[in-house]
Amino acid sequence: MAKVKVKRKSTLIDMTAMSDVTVLLLTFFMLTSTFVQQEPVQTITPASVSEFEIPSQDVLKVLIEPNGKVFLGLDNFNDRAAALDEMLKVHSDVTLTEEQKNTFRLSEWFGVPVNQMPEFLSMRFEDQAGELKNYGVPCDSIDNQFKEWVDFATRCGSQRMKEDPAYDELENSQKRLKIIIKADKKTPYDVVKKVMDTLQELRQNRFSLITTLSEG
Amino acid sequence: MAQVEVKDNGGKKKKGQQKKMNIHVDFTPMVDMNMLLITFFMLCTTMTESRTMDLVMPSKDAVTEEQQSKLKASEAITILIGDNDKVFYYLGEPDYKDFNSLVETSLNPEDENSIRNLLLDRNEEVIGLVDEANKAYEEGQANVKAMHLSKADTEAKLAELMTVRDDAVSEAKKTKGAPMVVIKAKTTTENHDYVNGPGATYSSLVDVLDEMIVCSVGKYAVVDITDGDLFLIGNYLSKGELAASSDFGK
Repeated sequence: MAKVKVKRKSTLIDMTAMSDVTVLLLTFFMLTSTFVQQEPVQTITPASVSEFEIPSQDVLKVLIEPNGKVFLGLDNFNDRAAALDEMLKVHSDVTLTEEQKNTFRLSEWFGVPVNQMPEFLSMRFEDQAGELKNYGVPCDSIDNQFKEWVDFATRCGSQRMKEDPAYDELENSQKRLKIIIKADKKTPYDVVKKVMDTLQELRQNRFSLITTLSEG
Repeated sequence: MAQVEVKDNGGKKKKGQQKKMNIHVDFTPMVDMNMLLITFFMLCTTMTESRTMDLVMPSKDAVTEEQQSKLKASEAITILIGDNDKVFYYLGEPDYKDFNSLVETSLNPEDENSIRNLLLDRNEEVIGLVDEANKAYEEGQANVKAMHLSKADTEAKLAELMTVRDDAVSEAKKTKGAPMVVIKAKTTTENHDYVNGPGATYSSLVDVLDEMIVCSVGKYAVVDITDGDLFLIGNYLSKGELAASSDFGK
C-alpha cells in the first residue's frame, strides 16, 4: 500500500510584519497624545470656532459640572499652600494639622467646604481624588467660599509673580493668574452666572472659557 | 523575514563543519506587548482639541452718567436667550406693547432667520474690512514663502504681517455704525409673572458668543436679563396677551 505522505506544514506565522505595524501605531500614539487630565468630574465642553490655546501655567481653573457643583484647580504648588493659609485665617474655627496641609498641597484640584476639610484630608490620599466629586465649593451668597478662594488665589498668585526677578519684563497679561472656566455644556446658565458674577465682584472681568475646536 | 536562511548543501556534511542553526525569532510576544501599549495609549489620550474663548465682562463698579458711553439705538442689537435655548432678538429700544418687536431667531446658521444672517447683514462693513485684512495677510504670507529666506527671517516677516493684520482687524471693529450686541441669558424662573421655565444652558451662551466671533462683532457684552426682557419674551410667547392683561410698559 502506498503511503500517502501528508506534508507537514509549519504552523509558525511570521509576526515581523505585524510587529512593524504595531510599533508604527505605538509611535503615532506616543507622539500625538496628550493625556487625559485627572479632573474631579468629567465635563463635555461646548464647541466653538475660537482658536486660542489654553495657557499652560499660572492658571486658576474653575470646573463647573452639570448639576452645579464647582471645583477649583490651581497649577502652582506654592499658590495652593498660600491660599489655604489665607483661607484658614478667615475660617479660624477650622484647624488642620501639618500633615493634612501637606496632603492638600499635593493635589491640583480642590473643592471641599472648609468645615469638612479636616475629615476629607484625613482620608487616604488615593481615595481623595475619587471622593472629591461628592463635594464642591459652596458659592451661595450666604456662604461664598468660592469668592474667598478666588480672591486669595489670585492675590497669592500675583504676589508670587512680583517676587519673580523677571517680573518687570513680563507683559501685563502675564502678571496675574489667568482664570479659566470649564463648564459642561448642559450646565444651566444660573450656575455659570453665579460664578461669573462672583468673578466680576472681585474685578476679575477678563477670563477664558474652555471650548472644543469645531469647524464652523 | 526574521529568519536567517541557511544554505542547504544537499545533506552532505563536511567534516568539522559547525552545525548551522535555523535562527528564527518569534515576534509574537513583542506584538502582544505592543498591542497592550497601544491600547493603553488609546484609552488614556484625548483626541479632541481644547481651546479657549476669551470673554471680557463689563465692570460692576458704579459709573457716573458722564462716564457712560452712549449707545445709539440704531446700533444696538439685544439677543435674549430664553427657556429651552430659544433665541430672540430686538433692535434698538424694545416696544413693550407690540409683541412683534421681538423676533424669534435661531442658532443654526443655515436657517433663514438665524443670528448669523442678521449679523452678517448688520455688520457688513466690518466683515468686509476684516476679510480684506485676512486676504492681505494671506497674500503676504505667500510672498514671504516664495522668497525662500532663512527660517528666522521668514518667521520675523510672518510675525510682522500678523501684527499688521491684527491691527487692521481691531481697527475695523471700531468702525462707526458697527452694531453693539448685548447678550442676555435667562436664568431659571418659577412663579414669575411673565415667563417661567428652566432658563438657558451654558452651551447656547457659548453658541451666541461664537456667532460674535464668526461675524467679527467688535462690541458685545453679556449682561443680566431684566424684568422688561422677561416681559418681552412672555408677551411674544402669548402673542400679545400679556401686554393686554398687564400694565407693564404703559
